[in-house]
Amino acid sequence: MDEPVFDWSYTWEIAPRLLDGLVVTVQATVLATVIATLLGLVLAIGRRSRQRIVAWFVAVVVEFIRSTPLLVQLYFLFFVLPSVGVVLSPLQTGAIGLGVHYAAYMSEVYRAGIESVPRQQWEGAVALGFSRRRTWLSIVLPQAIPPVIPALGNYVVALFKETPLLSAITVVELMQVAQIEGSRSFRYLEAFTLVGVMFLALSTISAAGVRILELRLARS
Amino acid sequence: MALFDLLPPLVGGLVVTVSVAVPAAAIGVLLAFAAGLARATSSLMLRSLVRGYVAVFRGTSALVQLFWVYFALPLVGVELDAMTAAITVLALNTGAYGAEVVRGAVEAVPRTQGEAARALGFSPRLTLWRIVLPQALPATLPPLGNLLIELLKNTALVSLVTLSDLTFQARVLRDDTLRTGEIFSLVLVMYFAIALCITAGVRVLERRLAAARGSHGRAGF
Repeated sequence: MDEPVFDWSYTWEIAPRLLDGLVVTVQATVLATVIATLLGLVLAIGRRSRQRIVAWFVAVVVEFIRSTPLLVQLYFLFFVLPSVGVVLSPLQTGAIGLGVHYAAYMSEVYRAGIESVPRQQWEGAVALGFSRRRTWLSIVLPQAIPPVIPALGNYVVALFKETPLLSAITVVELMQVAQIEGSRSFRYLEAFTLVGVMFLALSTISAAGVRILELRLARS
Repeated sequence: MALFDLLPPLVGGLVVTVSVAVPAAAIGVLLAFAAGLARATSSLMLRSLVRGYVAVFRGTSALVQLFWVYFALPLVGVELDAMTAAITVLALNTGAYGAEVVRGAVEAVPRTQGEAARALGFSPRLTLWRIVLPQALPATLPPLGNLLIELLKNTALVSLVTLSDLTFQARVLRDDTLRTGEIFSLVLVMYFAIALCITAGVRVLERRLAAARGSHGRAGF
């Protein structure tokens, strides 16, 4: 065999381009995380709506989003949004799809946090004549959210790991760059291995970060 | 509404989706128990091996794994066809997440149970089969059910390695007809329907298991 199985010099050659892809991956992760954490909270509050029909509708939507493939949801947004006149870049479309998908997961986390707030807190707020809005904002959420931050963090790590799916809707993120490099040189081994290592390293580090956060919160 | 003419090709895709999902689920659950129990053994090598497997498969996404196995492995001489690659990766992925579920459930069985079994002269093997597993099993069911739904969702990825599953057929159909909204809505509903079946199936299993344990309890004591 003349050629090495794993060509290190080629690996170094493509590494900078892969890092460019990683930047897009991180952008998508940040944008999607913002959408997921905000929309997730809205969905969780929606599930506690006094209007039964609203609560039920939100529950069905959350279950539907959680039980269907992200890839199909991305295709749906990617092809349907332009046909109803909403023109977004692939990155924006991808971040919305990813964000909405994980909002459904995060809403369940928030829900657990909200349910752990004792009933008496609600009753106390009513007794003090707090409006419903003020009860949510200054009584319930400040107690519900901090304990669930680590669980939310775990979903951010999961969301990050799913960004390669955006390559299917033409976002030139890390995975897409690896595919382009691979098809150019017919050497997929180096590019895909590098992608795997990058994801493994970053997700392991961020998972450890979440663990540390968890321990800190548990101590305080 | 002419949804019916869209159904035949989609049902063809559904068959492929199911024939990826079922073997992957079966192998994945077996792997989960094998790996989860291996982490409770005394062999350090086995434990670190399993820990490495779980870390790698949980630390990267299924798509990265699938592309690696399908596109990169052939370059080191391991050539798998798309179907085998898909089933292998999805099974390994499910197994890695499931291993943690099984480990948690086994660790939740009080240690005294194992000690009592040893005191009664049970072999380690008999202890596992008769004492530990029956008590750990019910706790594994709901999270394993969730993992099966994740597996179902991940089968959509096989469309990216040339398999003509439900998602792949949806894309082909879209390119042919441009009836985007209808097609993808229908496909999402189809996936949702399978997910509901999985949830219902797991619930039946849970009830059966609870009933079986109940009657054993009465017979035994």
